[in-house]
Amino acid sequence: MVTSFNWIKDLVPGLAVTPEEFRDAMTLSGSKVETITTLSADLAKIVVGQIKTIEKHPDADKLVICQVDIGTDTIQIVTGAPNVKEGQKVPVVLDGGRVAGGHDGTKTPGGIKIKKGKLRGVESNGMLCSIEELGSDRNLFPDAPEEGIYIFPEDTEVGADAVAVLGLDDTIVEYEITSNRVDCFSVLGLAREAAATFQKEFCPPETKETGVEGDVNDYISVEVQEPSLCPRYTARVVKDVKLAPSPAWMQKRLRSHGIRPINNLVDITNYVMEEYGQPMHAFDLDTIAGKKIIVKRAVDGQTFKTLDGQERTLDSSVLTINDGEKAVALAGIMGGENSMITDQVKTMLFESACFDGTNIRLSSKKIGLRTDSSSKFEKGLDPDNALAAINRACQLVEELGCGTVVRGTVDVYAKGLEEHHIPFDADWINAFLGTEIPKETMLSYLARLDLKYDDAKQEVVCPTWRQDLLAPADIAEEVARFYGYDKIPVTLPKGEATMGGISPKRKLERTARRVAEYYGFSQIMTYSFESPKVFDKLMIPPLSSEGEKDTKDRLAVPIMNPLGEDFSIMRTISLNGMLVSLATNAARRNKNVRLYELGNIYLPKALPMTDELPEERMQFTLGMYGEGDFFTMKGVVEEFLEKAEISGELTFTPEMTDRERPYLHPGRKADILCKKQRIGFIGELHPVVAETYEIKERVVLAVLDLPAVLSLQDKEGRKYRKLSNFPPVTRDISLVAPKSILVGDIERAIKEKAGEHFESVVLFDLYEGDQIEENHKSVAFSITFRGKDKTLSDEEITEAMERVMKKLKEMGLELRS
Amino acid sequence: MMKEKLEKLRAEALAEIDSANTLDNLNDLRVKLLGKKGELTALLKSMKEVPPEERPAFGQLVNDARAAIEEKLEAAKKKLSDRYIMERIKEETIDVTLPSDRRMIGHSHPNTIALDQVEEIFIGMGYEVVEGPEVEFDYYNFEALNIPANHPAKDEQDTFYINDKIVLRTQTSPVQVRVMERGKLPIRMIAPGRVFRSDEVDATHSPSFHQIEGMVIDKHITFADLKGTLAEFARKLFGEDTKVKFRPHHFPFTEPSAEMDVSCFKCGGKGCRFCKGEGWIEILGCGMVHPKVLKMSGIDPDEYSGFAFGIGLERITLLKYEIDDMRLLYENDLRFLNQF
Repeated sequence: MVTSFNWIKDLVPGLAVTPEEFRDAMTLSGSKVETITTLSADLAKIVVGQIKTIEKHPDADKLVICQVDIGTDTIQIVTGAPNVKEGQKVPVVLDGGRVAGGHDGTKTPGGIKIKKGKLRGVESNGMLCSIEELGSDRNLFPDAPEEGIYIFPEDTEVGADAVAVLGLDDTIVEYEITSNRVDCFSVLGLAREAAATFQKEFCPPETKETGVEGDVNDYISVEVQEPSLCPRYTARVVKDVKLAPSPAWMQKRLRSHGIRPINNLVDITNYVMEEYGQPMHAFDLDTIAGKKIIVKRAVDGQTFKTLDGQERTLDSSVLTINDGEKAVALAGIMGGENSMITDQVKTMLFESACFDGTNIRLSSKKIGLRTDSSSKFEKGLDPDNALAAINRACQLVEELGCGTVVRGTVDVYAKGLEEHHIPFDADWINAFLGTEIPKETMLSYLARLDLKYDDAKQEVVCPTWRQDLLAPADIAEEVARFYGYDKIPVTLPKGEATMGGISPKRKLERTARRVAEYYGFSQIMTYSFESPKVFDKLMIPPLSSEGEKDTKDRLAVPIMNPLGEDFSIMRTISLNGMLVSLATNAARRNKNVRLYELGNIYLPKALPMTDELPEERMQFTLGMYGEGDFFTMKGVVEEFLEKAEISGELTFTPEMTDRERPYLHPGRKADILCKKQRIGFIGELHPVVAETYEIKERVVLAVLDLPAVLSLQDKEGRKYRKLSNFPPVTRDISLVAPKSILVGDIERAIKEKAGEHFESVVLFDLYEGDQIEENHKSVAFSITFRGKDKTLSDEEITEAMERVMKKLKEMGLELRS
Repeated sequence: MMKEKLEKLRAEALAEIDSANTLDNLNDLRVKLLGKKGELTALLKSMKEVPPEERPAFGQLVNDARAAIEEKLEAAKKKLSDRYIMERIKEETIDVTLPSDRRMIGHSHPNTIALDQVEEIFIGMGYEVVEGPEVEFDYYNFEALNIPANHPAKDEQDTFYINDKIVLRTQTSPVQVRVMERGKLPIRMIAPGRVFRSDEVDATHSPSFHQIEGMVIDKHITFADLKGTLAEFARKLFGEDTKVKFRPHHFPFTEPSAEMDVSCFKCGGKGCRFCKGEGWIEILGCGMVHPKVLKMSGIDPDEYSGFAFGIGLERITLLKYEIDDMRLLYENDLRFLNQF
């Protein structure tokens, strides 16, 4: 919303503040001012001059020498403008003055200073200027020439301030109006706020009775078939229409709001729309068949040509204005070409109606046509304003002499808005705000806003345009904003102390961050939605196949209105964001990249989605390329799970089909298990997938499902184990094993059989090659024993080692000779 | 006779020690003189040649000699080893300006670092950090927050829909409702998390970003408490000299509502390019929890009141680190991440 500062000052005559003071105070009372633009900021010493004589420049074909009367004096100015003639009144920049920019409309911040000087040897004491040099344009000044000097109307006073004559002595205020303050989308609404803010009198225009001749009912009847969508429809008629330009004062106001003046009738409707916030429409009454207006829904598939010449297809949700035969306008959005005002108009029908905001918003969206009118209606207007606005328009018609207003108004008024009555309790407001404002002071604030106080009932009675006021808290806000938010004290909540803290889930996430970062992984953030193509990129088998674990990844929650296919499903697997980030780094030649992410995946309970929310599972995803390999990553995973204090033994199992975790290297992947529960996976990225993502390096990935990890956390917490004071005994064994036996299984067997004094087992050698039987490998372990309360005897250790060897032999291992 | 022998041995030994110039020499000398088969031991063994009445005095002499030799050996050893250390030190000089062998610790995302600071401040004030679902019921995201169906605010927020009843939450405010519904009072909570709006990606917009919701519900909570709490927060986050300004605003779920600006921490409020000459930077939206919202969540607005606020995390991050393009936060270039 923008308003002219001068317009506001007209309505609040006592307002004597600078635009800056206005901005600051309005912002603090709730009408946030975004910008203030002083139109004349870069203009100085520009007057209306009259060209007395024009002579040719002796040394330049394209220049002429003008003697210009500037009221107080006559000065000589040399100009190259093609359009100057003797007798014309033109803007003259005097010596030392400033213009806003060049002929081409480019503006120079701070303006361009004009000095007297010689042009090809002839003295020139100023400059004649174009509308562009004055900082405006031909859109707002349609009478300005395409090229050359702006020419004032003949009756313009010579010597007057040109800036004021053009209405450029104004400041444009741009506001951010919140959606609850529908009334502030009008000059009157903002002027009322300004009057209340500065405690000055608010002087809205007085509307007098208009129309003495005839009877409107002889010209038009109105039938509203959908009163819920059109609570009010008012119509008035103007006959003997005389189209002409509107007066300068109205043109100035419209221009200051960025509206191009067209003719008196159009300008009046635009003027009233700005002033009252009420959109109006004007029909050529001679095109209205059957002397009647019917407000009804369109028929599905009906087409209609709006006055911009576009053919629109409608459906039954769209409200239309019809005459006896056809549609003539889209209610509240745009009129039809068939009934628009042309230069030949004789009799005109004014419409000022109130339409249902939601319907207009949805229709405008559906048709794909949002206009100044529809954007005002969709906020939900006050039906009472419709009549006030049409009467104001008719008054202007009479004042401007652009026709004869016919007596009477057709007013189909289904239902108005109610005045809200809200209990008022000054003590409650003070307790709520933490203030000590006297009741009288509060009531004085409310009175400034035209909120009345009913002392008997102790109620505030709100005018219909303040539909946003519903409850005592709303009244408290009105009090607070005029008392001043800045004057409300600053305290801290008292009352019962509370313990702050974070949940075990967030603690686990912090552990993940700590461990990951210790190992050189940096945190990334990626989007929660992605493309369904991700499943193909990750080589996840199609759903139809068998119902194996990984095909379920394809069961994703789709977004109904995504930004595009690339963001159309909620991710069910956290790898894509990681791989894209790794690829970005690889493409930018970053070396040794280690990344981690903490982010949710979203698993639907059923598809298509029912009214159950999907399950959100936090995934700890790690990815790296460069230095390090599978076992580096395995170390990070083990360290994390150790610091996460899970109870239960951790196993890494490669036992899965090629169809499971298909995005991983078939020979370098493992599920991470604890207490038989899968808590994540680890592996090298499948070379084919790496190629798809255009990553040339080996990528190692790990994903841990944090809800699963959380469920395995040792509830008891860590307990201290007594330190043994007795020496450890270590036995080394070197074994030959079939290649297919996993070191992990051997270690597990050793742990299982080594007995109560077992302390640790460490693989210290692994060899495959010439000296070893084919399909076999040599593995060597150091096994350490320690007694808790005694020094172990040779016999005890030998016995334990025999048990271990027996088990290993059963598994097919032999001592290496 | 024995006495002379002893004196001679002692004198010779001390001289030999003086001339020993390696630790090995010294050790050999120790063995030669004091070892089991050493000269002094041999002398002690030949005690029987000394007349019995002289034996105690002779024994004393031998012991004195032994002590003197040992002392001398020790001193010589210390001197020699000191010399060795000095020699070694001379050879061990390093160029301390050579590059370090630094362990590459990873970096938290700048959003996370900013969030950590915000969380720390509020936890210190007794707030619990809670979370709610990112895929949320329309009811919690809108209706329970006094944004009924067809409310223009629903359009303004450009919601992603899953179906009629489920949306990607457009704000963290639904967590307020979920916490109120638990029915445990008083409440002091913050709820950080991801939110979604259908904005195309550009330097200042992202379809996915983060908010931190905050709420306090208790008896006798006032607008003054809201001001005090958030002013305190701003000082802790942006520095003790930070000033705050509350401007009236509108949110459907708070009344009165406000936006809070902080004095520009670059120019201190004088106005600079960073704050676009205004001296103030908009930081958050806040207000007193709307009585309707309290009632819908099962809290009696006549007994309890409260305030709520919502902070854009990215906004804090971008300001704090003077990052000029939001896209950098989601691109995950390590050269960017490593700066924080």
